[in-house]
Amino acid sequence: MTKTTPSTPLISAQNLTCIREERLLFDELSFGIYAGDIVQIEGPNGAGKTSLLRILAGLSRPYSGDVLYLEQDITRNRDEFNENLLYLGHLAGVKSELTAEENLNFNLRISGYDNYQTSDILAKVNLSGFEEALAGHLSAGQHRRTALARLWHTNCKIWILDEPFTAIDKKGVEELERLFLAHADQGGCVIMTTHQDMSLITEPRLRKIKLDYRFL
Amino acid sequence: MNRGISYTSAFITLLQRDLKIAVRHRGDIFNPLLFFIIVVTLFPLGIGPEPQILTRVAPGIIWVAALLASMLSLERLFKADYTDGSLEQMLLSPQPLAIMVLAKVLAHWILTGVPLILVSPLLAVLLHLESNSYMALMATLALGTPVLSLLGAIGVALTVGLRKGGVLLTLLILPLYIPVLIFATSAIDAAGMNLPYDGQLAIIGAMLVGCLIMAPFAIGASLRVSTN
Repeated sequence: MTKTTPSTPLISAQNLTCIREERLLFDELSFGIYAGDIVQIEGPNGAGKTSLLRILAGLSRPYSGDVLYLEQDITRNRDEFNENLLYLGHLAGVKSELTAEENLNFNLRISGYDNYQTSDILAKVNLSGFEEALAGHLSAGQHRRTALARLWHTNCKIWILDEPFTAIDKKGVEELERLFLAHADQGGCVIMTTHQDMSLITEPRLRKIKLDYRFL
Repeated sequence: MNRGISYTSAFITLLQRDLKIAVRHRGDIFNPLLFFIIVVTLFPLGIGPEPQILTRVAPGIIWVAALLASMLSLERLFKADYTDGSLEQMLLSPQPLAIMVLAKVLAHWILTGVPLILVSPLLAVLLHLESNSYMALMATLALGTPVLSLLGAIGVALTVGLRKGGVLLTLLILPLYIPVLIFATSAIDAAGMNLPYDGQLAIIGAMLVGCLIMAPFAIGASLRVSTN
């Protein structure tokens, strides 16, 4: 499954085994993801896509195996890894009591950024005019866009996105795809799950990792 | 795209955010306070208005009520962040987890502990507390409630992933609360008899310092376990 590139992989999985609710989701899974890769984790519901993403992000521990960031174990080198990781789970991490602007502001500040214009970033996700609206009052798509806005202001190399296109309209999906391609071209990598078809990111560019539903 | 990791700015950002959310969600501040006031005002009605009896039990009643009020308010400390995914984002941010956790606990104490301290002299009047015990009451609450918040946060962090963690939370942290309760009420009693109570205060102070240093790491580690 590994591509032969001379450079070291940004993030790699080594013999990952994951067991959830006494069910084996995947075992001895190994792969490397390099700068410039866009990887889609494929599989039916319950195959362990989210579990794999959470393990790669360091949120869950695998039953066995390691995740390496630049060939170093992420549990040993967590700070450095977190500085280069942008993870968006299927829970958006958007506070409904805060406005779209405050949410973005918080997310960027906590990641250590300053010197940015929230209105410019929100404009890129089509939320101009909603800066002052409480996130709880926004539509599902706008809620999701509030979380996705961070992608437009980041220098993290590794993006791990769980179903980034949920509730996003067609035009929005295309914009995101373009952003992913630009990010990959600049030496980053995108690891994501989606059940939607993508129009811009297609086969030769897109790598797929398939997970099967197992009964054992 | 400048990026600098500053502990103080992370701390202040998180503190501001939590306070802002609480202001927009006022029930969170008033419920524990209301509980505290109701419990304390019911006691004179229940055990009769004789000043001697009330004076004797006042420190205990106020402290037990404060302890329960603090425990009631604990659950919401990480729950909302856990359900909407912001906790995951906190765990993955490049800032040290202990700093962020400390900011959250401080916000929680400002919202639930400080109002208790401010309203306690008023309730002490209701219970005929000895006039020379007021300072001791305020001092023990000021030193003791942050300890309750810090210790409680460890329990909440451990149970945040459970659907019905309430009872388990109580069982986990109540034993840790008892030393604070004992030393605080003993300090107030001593003050009422015009005896020095610096010893008890010093012990509560030592607990506070110990918790301030160690609890954030324990809370952080517990959160990592809970989100696994």
